[in-house]
Amino acid sequence: MRKTNVLALAALGTVLTMGLAACGGTAGGGGSTSPANNGSTGTGNASAAKHNDGYTKVVNPSDAKGGTLKFALTDEPDSADPGNTYYAWNWNFTRLYARPLMTYAAKPGPEGLKLVPDLAEAPGEVSADGKTWTYKLKKGIKYDDGTEVKAADVKYAIARSNFTAELTDGPKYFAQYLDAGDYKGPYKDKNLDDFKGIETPDDYTVVFKLKAPFSEFDFLVANPQSAPVPQAKDTGVDYEKAVASTGPYKFESYEVGKQLNLVRNENWDQATDTTRKQLPDRIEVQYKQNAEDIDNRLIAGQIQVDLGGTGLQPAGRAKVVSNPQLKDSTDNPFTPFNRYAMMSTKVAPFDNVECRKAVQYATDKVATQAPWGGPLGGDIGTTAMTPTTVGYKPFDLYPNGADHKGDLAKAKEALAACGHPDGFSTNIAVRGDRTKEVQVAEAMQASLDRVGIKLTIKKYPSGDWSAQYAGKPDFVHKNNLGIMIAGWGSDWPSGFGFLSQIVDGRAIKPSGNYNMMELDDKSINELLDKGVQTSDAAARNEIWAQVDQKVMESAAFMSFVYEKTLIFRPASLTNAYVHPAWGMYDYTWLGVKQ
Amino acid sequence: MPGSDPPGHPGRTIVVAFIVRRVIAAVLMLAVVSMATFAIFFLIPRALGQTPEGMASRYVGRDATPEAIQGAVKRLHLDDPLLVQYGRFVKGIVAGEDYSLGPKKAECPAPCFGFSFNNNQPVWPTLLDRLPATLSLALGAAVLWLVTGVSIGVISALKRGTALDRAAMTIALAGVSLPIYFTGLVSLSVFAYTLGIFPGGGSYTPITQDPVMWFQALVLPWITLAFLYAALYARLTRAGMLETMGEDYIRTARAKGLRERTVVTKHALRATLTPILTIFGLDLGLLLGGAVLTESTFSIQGVGKLVIDAIRGNDLPVVLGVTLFAAFFIVLANLIVDILYAVVDPRVRLS
Amino acid sequence: MTTQPPESFLELRDLRIHFPTEDGLVKSVDGLSYKLDRGKTLGIVGESGSGKSVTSLGILGLHKGGSAKISGEIWLDGEELVSASADHVRTLRGKKMAMIFQDPLSSMHPFYSVGAQIVEAYRIHNKVSKAVARKHAIDMLGRVGIPQPDRRVDDFPHQFSGGMRQRAMIAMALSCDPELLIADEPTTALDVTVQAQILDLMTDLQREFNSALIIITHDLGVVAELSDDILVMYGGKCVEYGSAEDIFYRPEHPYTWGLLGSMPRLDRDRTERLLPIKGTPPSLINVPSGCAFNPRCAYAGRTEGKSTTQVPELLETEGGHLVRCHMPRAERRSIWDNEIKPMMEST
Repeated sequence: MRKTNVLALAALGTVLTMGLAACGGTAGGGGSTSPANNGSTGTGNASAAKHNDGYTKVVNPSDAKGGTLKFALTDEPDSADPGNTYYAWNWNFTRLYARPLMTYAAKPGPEGLKLVPDLAEAPGEVSADGKTWTYKLKKGIKYDDGTEVKAADVKYAIARSNFTAELTDGPKYFAQYLDAGDYKGPYKDKNLDDFKGIETPDDYTVVFKLKAPFSEFDFLVANPQSAPVPQAKDTGVDYEKAVASTGPYKFESYEVGKQLNLVRNENWDQATDTTRKQLPDRIEVQYKQNAEDIDNRLIAGQIQVDLGGTGLQPAGRAKVVSNPQLKDSTDNPFTPFNRYAMMSTKVAPFDNVECRKAVQYATDKVATQAPWGGPLGGDIGTTAMTPTTVGYKPFDLYPNGADHKGDLAKAKEALAACGHPDGFSTNIAVRGDRTKEVQVAEAMQASLDRVGIKLTIKKYPSGDWSAQYAGKPDFVHKNNLGIMIAGWGSDWPSGFGFLSQIVDGRAIKPSGNYNMMELDDKSINELLDKGVQTSDAAARNEIWAQVDQKVMESAAFMSFVYEKTLIFRPASLTNAYVHPAWGMYDYTWLGVKQ
Repeated sequence: MPGSDPPGHPGRTIVVAFIVRRVIAAVLMLAVVSMATFAIFFLIPRALGQTPEGMASRYVGRDATPEAIQGAVKRLHLDDPLLVQYGRFVKGIVAGEDYSLGPKKAECPAPCFGFSFNNNQPVWPTLLDRLPATLSLALGAAVLWLVTGVSIGVISALKRGTALDRAAMTIALAGVSLPIYFTGLVSLSVFAYTLGIFPGGGSYTPITQDPVMWFQALVLPWITLAFLYAALYARLTRAGMLETMGEDYIRTARAKGLRERTVVTKHALRATLTPILTIFGLDLGLLLGGAVLTESTFSIQGVGKLVIDAIRGNDLPVVLGVTLFAAFFIVLANLIVDILYAVVDPRVRLS
Repeated sequence: MTTQPPESFLELRDLRIHFPTEDGLVKSVDGLSYKLDRGKTLGIVGESGSGKSVTSLGILGLHKGGSAKISGEIWLDGEELVSASADHVRTLRGKKMAMIFQDPLSSMHPFYSVGAQIVEAYRIHNKVSKAVARKHAIDMLGRVGIPQPDRRVDDFPHQFSGGMRQRAMIAMALSCDPELLIADEPTTALDVTVQAQILDLMTDLQREFNSALIIITHDLGVVAELSDDILVMYGGKCVEYGSAEDIFYRPEHPYTWGLLGSMPRLDRDRTERLLPIKGTPPSLINVPSGCAFNPRCAYAGRTEGKSTTQVPELLETEGGHLVRCHMPRAERRSIWDNEIKPMMEST
């Protein structure tokens, strides 16, 4: 299997440790302040857990079985069908009943970003030309009805999730990478043999045929879409109501938009599964719950987990931060998101790199960090990749003062070099219904005003943001949108997963474009191509770091924060640790104290 | 003036004719409401430059491929002209509709209000599923607020100017001005999470499943919703009562030698309650179309929660379904109120 | 001090009804005394706000329990009502004493049928079945001259004409054979012809029941024919009291002259006033010092300066005729005989 870049992991470790040190936690020390937590399991003193302990270790470790683990969510999933969902939390959650070929190691910290085989026996074997990936399935893995998982079920799962018009909610990476010709999908073409992108020479072998080499294919099959679906059981969109389970839990009842109840799957075998536990008797999920109320119920211990993993609301946040005991029950992990501004290289005067640099230097990043919730809402960012991305290296090309409040002298130098010594005027585009982004735009307006750069804030609806406004280069040019505020989180935690959509010049689209700065740098494009063809992980991660460096040299990308959330773990929650791939607790590990 | 119909007992034919006329008007109104909803959903975005693909992109996953978006456009018929869309909608209600869910077609028998754009669930069964929660919430709260609001209003009016009156009216002012979102969360925080007397948010259980839990879980929502309306009704009742108590016919009633209690209950209250009954009917009708804030605050999966999420998610079929549903209840409430009014106030005639 | 029950059926002694308000004390009735016997009719005349209606509501005890401050005595058939309990007075209301209100449309409950309202009044004081009460109501409606009373009994007030409504109101007031009947502006809202019918009806019924009748009006014409005695009120006080002859043929108070002068007559346009009373009725909070009428009195200068300094006493001028005026009696008579009367007759 691939090795992860040691340097990158070391860097990640440093960031995590810095985060902890800043919070002043001394792990394991101190007397218990809440005596109610003496669990019968005797595995550790739960109440001694400190703020951010869940970030580096398992809090409340316990193997006690039983109880009902309760989740609540403000929204509903796009679908409970593992093949038809695109929410990060749901990719985490569906693993309770769906096993993909690969998954992430069940470890806190950088170790958790390593992929381990799940349904597969081992990571994919890649052919010499890099275009064929072969996985062997573990034998004896059963669905909840006792029938055995076959290779064809994996093939069918990918066919339905990537090649039909009905299942539209999930990503279509397999359709993009697999060499499937003009396959019409299993709903129009009932003969699965017509799907040439995947071959199943026997019941336990799945062979993926790619159009071009793609070195991070293991990350793709860690996506829940590779979880098997028996063709006979598929009811299309309605399959979410009765998913054939391969994980430790199975569906008991599911009312779409209201409630999902899971119970133990007796046909799941711990011996075949290195990353999951099966502790609670039941798992209940309530959808469409009031956000503030979820926080209150968490703090009151009536539920265990906010399923979305987006953290406490402002009121709940204020409540726990002001109470040391409650604060010790929180973790403050990075999410996969970078919150940033892009400067359009096609809108004057940002077609001149020096003008872009002026913005980098002049921005008061403490002011632009505040709307995200200050230090608890994110660390000030200086790169395109985020700290929990494999390949990340910390660097800062535009140091804007020791306190990050702006280096106005440097900014003025850059302005002079750009030919606008007294500044200039431009527009900054935001999603008007996103309060935080509007506030960031206002903070930038105030920052840049200090060097004579006048910003006019243009608000657009978030619904059509990428289809009609900032994601439509024509519109950007016509309306002189010099700066656009956006955010990005990758589908898998590698440099490629993070960068390919937002910095690749060939990803620029007439609509739905995420490379809003329209950065089309040949060297970056070539590095991306080189990366996906490099099978050695260390070498590959080095390439992602170079891409990041080049992107930042362009000065068109300016990170505000590497987003963090403040998530709450009630005392009744056992085995809680923050999984770095999701930036939330590992839902397959959790137990509940009775 | 001696009328052909005994007053207060509108003749049967008049009532039937009245109801028929109103039902026809109601159907026309529902048609207009549905057309307006359609127009808001389709015409305005299109006028603002929205393409069918742009609309479809809301109902597919992030970064969907053009093919997937095209698929959604076709599946949801977003590229059809408005009239064709509307025709299909009407046809669905009358004759039902089929819908592709994957390997096979899903049937949606009449009345078919279509399928949610977001979670593909048929709208009509979803509405019926959400209705009991809204009914439970609205009816319970209505009884509570009518009884408390009117009692407080009457007492306040009779004890006008006393400390009791001032206290009641101060609380009523608070009730009218405090948002449900706030009172709901505070009551949950105090009674559910601190004192533990009532269950917390999201604990609504259908009465058929567990009547005790149904009741316990609804106490706080009832009180919260009723607080707002009771405050409103207390103020209305007090004002109405004060006005009525100054009427000449109240003086007449007293001059007859009636006990004050009889004067208040039989003479004053009846006159005061008549206009309040009208407002009550309309308020209740509106609430049956969804108590949006209360349902959201207490995470009750009712019609109101359904529609607010549908509006946020641009889910036309659900929005349309709830709009018609709500309009139906409002029309029904109006009809009942008008008939009741004619029964209660002999001066009013059905016309 | 115990006061002796009077001989008269109704007697008011120094009745005062004051209402405290935010602006001050409103002295609606301020020291009023009069007597009335069974079978007799008293007309109380005055502008609106003179205290006529407040007095009669006071007799009925309708100010009890409110904010009003009541002092003095009201004797009805040997019982003192000011000091009696509110509940006791209530049992007398509708039975022993009843009132006919002006504007019967607003004085009858719009939601109850005319019959039901009469039935209610009857059943408060008579323990009878609804059917009996209903029959009684129909009887009463018949007696006040409503055609087809058995059909109209279920009609609602708004279905009656103005005159019919007033008849129904009278039927309601008389349903328990009251011994004292107070009619407050009983004909104000009616046509002139209907007015006469109603007034005739009331006197007929009074004779039949031998009850004491008080007719309250701002219009002297209404009481001219009916009343035995007439009381003229101004600013909460009686300014002149006497037999109908006294008031019409020998009035001595300038205010009474004004009222007589403004009396509408059948041979004239109603609105034409011969001797309009200048100014407006006095404030009952800041009553003018001295004689309350002095700001409007054309003869205030003939009082030797007393009009603004002393409150005139109500004094007997001759044979039960009482007048509250500073002018010497001779001067009053001379003004009436020589100035006012000729002017009224000449026109």
